[in-house]
Amino acid sequence: MEIMERIDKAVKENPVIIFMKGSPQMPQCGYSSRTAQALMACGEEFAHVNVLADPEVFENLPRYANWPTFPQVYINGELIGGCDITLELYQKGELQKMVKDAVAKGAA
Amino acid sequence: MSEDRSAMIRTRLVEALNPEMLEIIDESAKHAGHAGAASGGGHFIVQIVSTAFEGKNLIQRHRMVYDAVDDIMHTEIHALSIQAKAPDEP
Repeated sequence: MEIMERIDKAVKENPVIIFMKGSPQMPQCGYSSRTAQALMACGEEFAHVNVLADPEVFENLPRYANWPTFPQVYINGELIGGCDITLELYQKGELQKMVKDAVAKGAA
Repeated sequence: MSEDRSAMIRTRLVEALNPEMLEIIDESAKHAGHAGAASGGGHFIVQIVSTAFEGKNLIQRHRMVYDAVDDIMHTEIHALSIQAKAPDEP
């Protein structure tokens, strides 16, 4: 499958997905670590892609949504942002609602 | 070296967004040695207040900042932490 199709499929098929360096259990970057922790704190399951283990994704994800850095969080197929925005939404209590709504919608 | 980089970021943001307040903090030293720092790009915190952000959501604001420094992203910059506000916001 072509790489952009592969990224698009992962984004569309998962209500909540994070592209990060490492995994939520073994993050390999402070920004990825904090972002994954905020998602985990929302109490729902989410998908993750370790961009360090997938060089094609690492190279091409930045132009998929025109966002130059990692991590990237997508909810309901839409880019939410990176570390700063995800944490800001979490602190405002908005992330929890977005994640719960997306997971509920994905299960329906 | 790091002052030069902060200046490069400053020049671009001033030109693109005409900020009322702009702080650029170089955090590269904190990240020296980790995998991402190996590429040589720096870590910076950008605190910026501009009327250009009025009516824009978070993702649009971050994109505006990234767009302004696009030519040095990934070479001089490895990571940016961005706090972008309009003048009337706390």
